[in-house]
Amino acid sequence: MSANELTSAQRDDLRTVAAMIIPASDEYKVPGADDPAIQADMLGTLGRDTALVKQALDHLARLAAQPLAELEPAKRDAVATEFRATGGPAAVTLVRVVLQCYYRDDRVLRSLGLELRAPFPKGYVLEEGDWALLDPVKARGGRMRVP
Amino acid sequence: MNDPVDVLIIGAGASGAAVAWSLADTKMHILCLDQGGWMKPSEYPSAGRDWEAKIYGDWSTSPNVRGRPEDYPVNDDNSPIKVVNFNGVGGSTVMYTAHWPRLHPSDFKVKTLDGVADDWPIDYDALTPFFEENDRMMGVSGLSGDPLSPLTHPPMPPQPLGLSGPLIGKAMNKLGWHWWPSDTTVATMDYEGRARCINLGHCTPACAQGAKASTDITYWPHAIRAGVELKTHCRVREILTNEHGMASGVVYYDKDGVEQFQPAEVVIIACNGVGTPRLLLNSVSGRFPNGLANSSGLVGKNLMFHPYAQIYGFVKEPTDSNRAPPTCLWSKEFYDTDLSRGFVRGYGIQFVRGAGPVFEAVASEQKGILPWGADHHRVFRRLHGHRLGVSAICEDLPEEHNRVTLDPVLKDSHGIPAPKIDYTISENSRKMMDHGLARGREILEVAGATDICMNNPIPWGGWHLLGTARMGTDPARSVVNEWGRSHDVKNLFIVDGSVFVTSGGVNPTSTIQAIALYVADQMKQRLANLFD
Repeated sequence: MSANELTSAQRDDLRTVAAMIIPASDEYKVPGADDPAIQADMLGTLGRDTALVKQALDHLARLAAQPLAELEPAKRDAVATEFRATGGPAAVTLVRVVLQCYYRDDRVLRSLGLELRAPFPKGYVLEEGDWALLDPVKARGGRMRVP
Repeated sequence: MNDPVDVLIIGAGASGAAVAWSLADTKMHILCLDQGGWMKPSEYPSAGRDWEAKIYGDWSTSPNVRGRPEDYPVNDDNSPIKVVNFNGVGGSTVMYTAHWPRLHPSDFKVKTLDGVADDWPIDYDALTPFFEENDRMMGVSGLSGDPLSPLTHPPMPPQPLGLSGPLIGKAMNKLGWHWWPSDTTVATMDYEGRARCINLGHCTPACAQGAKASTDITYWPHAIRAGVELKTHCRVREILTNEHGMASGVVYYDKDGVEQFQPAEVVIIACNGVGTPRLLLNSVSGRFPNGLANSSGLVGKNLMFHPYAQIYGFVKEPTDSNRAPPTCLWSKEFYDTDLSRGFVRGYGIQFVRGAGPVFEAVASEQKGILPWGADHHRVFRRLHGHRLGVSAICEDLPEEHNRVTLDPVLKDSHGIPAPKIDYTISENSRKMMDHGLARGREILEVAGATDICMNNPIPWGGWHLLGTARMGTDPARSVVNEWGRSHDVKNLFIVDGSVFVTSGGVNPTSTIQAIALYVADQMKQRLANLFD
């Protein structure tokens, strides 16, 4: 295994903490961040974030002292709170990796009513808005300071 | 050795492009060296599905995060505001918001008006024709007639108000405060070969449509057609001088990493307020032991950033999210000095329309308003697409202890010492930022926003790099004279934001380019006795 890859235990903890951040929802018809496709996206695109994510998972493992998934829910929540409070930039990076992969998943974007495409080349239409709102500013006038 | 050139320009960004284009009509042999390369719009973030994630990596505004070979590292550990920039043809105009205010006439006379800092050796009127010329070249959209801003004549109409603009306008009208559609370099119609804006939303990390003006697509095609030569991936290490104390050329590393000497009759530096002092301080010789053009000791000192105080909240109505250029409106309500506010000088306000889903999730989780767990989905749907932002861009006054020096350890990929930043936010700026946050809160509350959050300052907000080689008439108190020529080295010119005496309270790129065009014009008028 390369130093750039997560260990099996780290991957398990990543999956568990991802589900704690964003669980699946029947109400919104979306997967959790522990969904296999989203996890595969995370692992496949870690890139420059790998070192900090591994550091965050090491910190998480020290706090939990056992696989996160095996902790009882109350204890797991306490570990998560402690992790977020003490994890520093590494924890911030791990959470960001989870969020950026989750919020580009097709199922999630569809649930949010967003189109499954890059902004370019189609772009978006922006309504002109009510320019009469500027009339009071024009009426009030004013003068900038002149030396 | 390379053949000598008449004019060598270092840096192909905002000011380097403008000065190159202006000087091209002299028919002199002009060469520009840039450490980066030409941009490929097909690779810009908004051309891909992972457009948002890229701002945390390859398209971060921070050179330290991007870490491309074209970037140089910056030690900004001792600064609450981190340096952001871009290196390549177009420079930081490739990665800016395209917000396009000008400094006000009063900004050039702060000593006279308010008894602080120094007056500039030039005034607004001297720059007026160059502001106008620059607006045509960059292609500006906006609405003429703002009563609280300098008169402009944008060649294109303003951006649409969209969904967010009316919410801001109504709130400002209730408060009786000034607001106006921003001048921006976003093309709102087809202009000079650029396609109009189609609202990709992700303006800052480059515009795949080419609607946002960056100098690689505005000035450079014209300059090259006029005969200017541009060499990319050439990083200048130092400027050499001859026995007469004149600049003789530069040492640079070419695209293959081979050290080269390029002789030149005139050297123009256009490397921004961090890169320029870095280069001067790295250009040490027996005659110039403290760095080139530094007899005043002011090279690198008086660094000004514009501390940004940002506040944002979430309204019930939908906002534009990522489906519009992020900036569209400004306010000058608090721009001019009012000592009853507890500080001198003032700030401009820049309104922000919204954010995409990834940015919203990351930012809101970090602020603690987007929870982990089952409630995450409900809260996210309340936040996403409902953000309104207000940023106070505060005038930073010059202080010599705010400075750029050379880091004793950190080096770039060619082994050239990197810049080190020492910077603190002044008491005056702190009061200004607090005032801006309080007014921003009022605006957001009138707009009906909740979950209000702030960044004070925006930590990765060092976009505006100013003041580190200031202009003036006194060689003991300035680095260049009133037309950009070094007091110490008569064939060395500086045209970037380094020459700013004070910072104003607005984005500076329009003024930086107007100054570059003004310096070029001064040079052309004095060609017969340029070195006298």
